[in-house]
Order: sequence, then structure tokens, then C-alpha cells
Amino acid sequence: MLNEYGPILIFMAIAAAFPLVTLWIMKFIRPKFNPTAEKVMPYECGITPESDARGRYTVRFYIIAILFVVFDVETIYLFPWAVQYQVLGLYGLVEMLVFLGVLIVGYIWIWKRGALDWI
Amino acid sequence: MLENAFNVVMAHPLLLAVIKILIVFAVLSGIVAYLVYMERKVLAFMQARLGPMRVGPWGLLQPIADGLKLLLKEDIIPAGADKFVFLLAPAISVLAAFTVFAVIPFAGNFYISDINIGLLFILGVSSLGIYGIILGGWSSNSHYPLLGALRSSAQLVSYEVAAGMALVGVLLISNSLSMVEIVNRQQQMGVWNVFLQPLAFVIYVIAAVAETNRNPFDLPEAESELTAGFHTEYSGFRFALYFMAEYTNMVLVSCIAVTLFLGGWLRPFSSVHALDFLRWAPPVSLVGAAVFILWLGLQSRVPLERYFFVALALGCVAVGVIISYPLILNAVQGIFWFGVKVLAFLYAFIWYRATFPRYRYDQLMNVGWRWMIPLALANLIVTAVVRYLLSAHTPASPVAWLLR
Repeated sequence: MLNEYGPILIFMAIAAAFPLVTLWIMKFIRPKFNPTAEKVMPYECGITPESDARGRYTVRFYIIAILFVVFDVETIYLFPWAVQYQVLGLYGLVEMLVFLGVLIVGYIWIWKRGALDWI
Repeated sequence: MLENAFNVVMAHPLLLAVIKILIVFAVLSGIVAYLVYMERKVLAFMQARLGPMRVGPWGLLQPIADGLKLLLKEDIIPAGADKFVFLLAPAISVLAAFTVFAVIPFAGNFYISDINIGLLFILGVSSLGIYGIILGGWSSNSHYPLLGALRSSAQLVSYEVAAGMALVGVLLISNSLSMVEIVNRQQQMGVWNVFLQPLAFVIYVIAAVAETNRNPFDLPEAESELTAGFHTEYSGFRFALYFMAEYTNMVLVSCIAVTLFLGGWLRPFSSVHALDFLRWAPPVSLVGAAVFILWLGLQSRVPLERYFFVALALGCVAVGVIISYPLILNAVQGIFWFGVKVLAFLYAFIWYRATFPRYRYDQLMNVGWRWMIPLALANLIVTAVVRYLLSAHTPASPVAWLLR
């Protein structure tokens, strides 16, 4: 367990430390942050921003997010099934065809309802 | 003395792992830096330009100059930004992109860790990169970054589904999630997975291009619409971090595609002994590179550049001679073929950028949800059924019944 996951944890620690340590070291070399009103203004191609950016946006993105959760969870269910496929035999095949059948019916339904239309 | 140190390292698996990790990290950073150079050069040649030529011979020092410039820039935090999240987001992107390399087998004798849920780990950790993108876009408090982040995340999750389903097709053949085992299985079968799962390969490549936000799917950074997408407000080293994460992701998806579909570290036709002379490919290609470098150097009129190129060519020949020793030659086989395949993949990425026009956003979503997902599902079902019919040891196999 330690032999397998230990190196991964070390790698993670190095990958996390690299940007933070570099940023910290360069703090002593790079010019000090010297804010002026123009410099810290959000970039909108030269126009002064009129509103806060974190407003409302189209519902499409929410729908995509919900659909993603449904499909991705079902993909994750397929992974252990695929690994054990040889062991499960005909039983595994039929079970998964039923599972995918339910999913495909749902997929056709969201297609017909227009959830996949963009604008 | 040296032997003693060698024994100490071998006795402590974690110490050995740390050395490997540092090697991978250093090589990866170098590859990412020079991938940017390669992209600029290849794009330039495809458009009949020369690309970077000023910094160093043939612009070879350009990545170092760029990196130094970005490191020395002022660290600007825009007004109204959520400071903590703004500072954290690029680090998350880099962390997610780099960590995945811990389970990639670069060669049969060189990988950091082989866990039995390798592929699952890759899918899980690489998806974390999206937090970096969406948090960076949201915390900037600017319209362009927010829209870029939303587009990017919607695109990423849409293609993630198709890519995941395409990978299940490979799993049905290899019956293991361990990356090393998947390559070993391809060696046993004597055929790469790409020939058994061509459709899954195509789906995965398209999804990989989309997930790395590359052309023709680079909507999140469409400069004509969104200036620079989610990292519009970032500057200096934090911008460099996002840049690094993007190019690391390119290397990463290439490594995954090579491991799963193109036989990983195996050489072409690894089971055909008549082609065993291919093991001389590493030194031969190094000598070829030396000839090319010499030819480049002779064209230069600057004496210093000529000396540099000649020295580089001699260095290539020297390395070529060193790795010709049978022991070393055997050791570098895996790394060499893996590297060649990954390089070919990266070249293709740049090629797409030079060739394809950008998609419109609704077209992008259409391709993802109405084409990729049904195709991936169909591929999955067909693979499962065929695999069942072909498995000889199933007692009630219809094929066996037909052949009775």
C-alpha cells in the first residue's frame, strides 16, 4: 500500500510545492505590486466596466452540468463491470444491456425535449 | 563509494521513488517549455515563416527568455478579485496536470507507481484541473474570464463523458485498470488496442483535443471573442502556471492515448522477431539528428552559432555511441519508443491547430452530445457483445453453438 501510494503522495506534494515555492522566492526579486486605478481595473478592451461580473448567466450551463453528472456516474458504473467482464459472462452482458437501455431511453427523451439544443 | 550509494538507494523504495519523481518532474518541465518552442516553430514553418530566430541559435533559448521574463513581472491582482481564490487557482491547475504522471508507465522498467486503479486515478485527478479554470475565471471578477471559464467547464464535462465511455471499450479488452497491465496485455495479444478499438481511439483523440482546449475546440480562449478566456486577468508567473498546465495536459493526454491505444513502450511489431533490428533505432536516429544539426550549423554565417551546432552534433553522436552498448541499448528501448509515439501525438496537436478552423460553440456542443456520446455507446455495446461471442470458455457460447 505504502509502496504504491507513497510515491504518488510525494509527487503530489512536489507538484503542489513547485508553484507556491517559486512564487514565494520570486517575491524577493520581482518588482513590488504597485496598484494604480487603471492597472487593477478589470480588462474589457479599454471600456470602463459598468457592472459586477458575477451576474446571471444562461441556464444552458446548468443543464449541461446536470446531464454531465447523470452520464458520468453511469460511466463510472461501467468501469468495474468492464474489468470483471470475463467473470460475469452472459449475466453481466444482459444486466449491462438493461442498464444501458434505461440510459438510452433517457438520452432519447432529453434529446426530444430539447435539452441538447444550444440556443 | 558509488556502489555503496547505489545499494542504499535500492534498499529504500521511497528514496528510489523520490529520485524518479525528480527526474520525471525536471524532464517534464523541460519538455513543456520546449513544446511551446516546437509549436511556434512548426506553426511558423506551416505558414511559410521562420518563427523565433533571435534568442540563441535558431531561437533555441526563447523558452528560457520567456520564462525569465514572466518570473520577473509584477504580480497584479485586479480590483474586486477574490484574492485567496485568485492566488490558489493556477496552483490547482498545475497540481492536477502534474500529479497524473505518477501512474503513467514511461517504460516497462521506468514508472513511478503502478496502482491497480491507475486509469480511474487518471480520470479522477485530471478532472480536478477544471477547478483551477473555473475558480480562476470566477475570482477575477471580470466578464471575459467568467464567460471563458463557463465555456471551458461546459466543454470539458461534455467531452469527458464520451472519452470515459470510449475508455470502457479498452477495459473490456484488457480487463484491468492498471496502466502497466494494459500495455502488457497488448504485448500478449500481439496487437495494439487501436486496431481492436479504432472508433474508441478516434473518439478519445477528439475528446482529448477538446479537453485540452486546443484548436479546433479552443472556444474558451477564442481571442476574437473573449480576449484570453479564463486567464485574461492573470499576468506574470501565475499566467505562466496556467500556460504550463495547458501544455502539461497536452503531454498528458498524449501519454494516455499512447499507453491505452498505441502499445505504450512497445516497439512496432514487438512480437515479430524478424524486425528485431529495430532495436538499433535509438542510436541511428541520434546520428540522423546529428547530421541534420550539422547541416543546420553549416548554413549559419555566425561563427559562434556554427561552433554551437557542431558541438551539439558531436554530443548527439557521443550519446548515440554510449547507448549502443547492449545493456544500455536494452534499457532505453521502452523510453525511446514511448517518446517517439508521444512526440508524434504532440506534433499532430500542433498540426490540427495549423489546419482546422475553429468551431462555433453550438456546433461544439452538438458534436459532443449528439455524435460522440451515441457513437461511444454504440462502440461499447458492440464491443461487449462481440467480446462475449468470442470468449471460447463461455459454456453456452452462441458461436460454439453455431459451429457445432
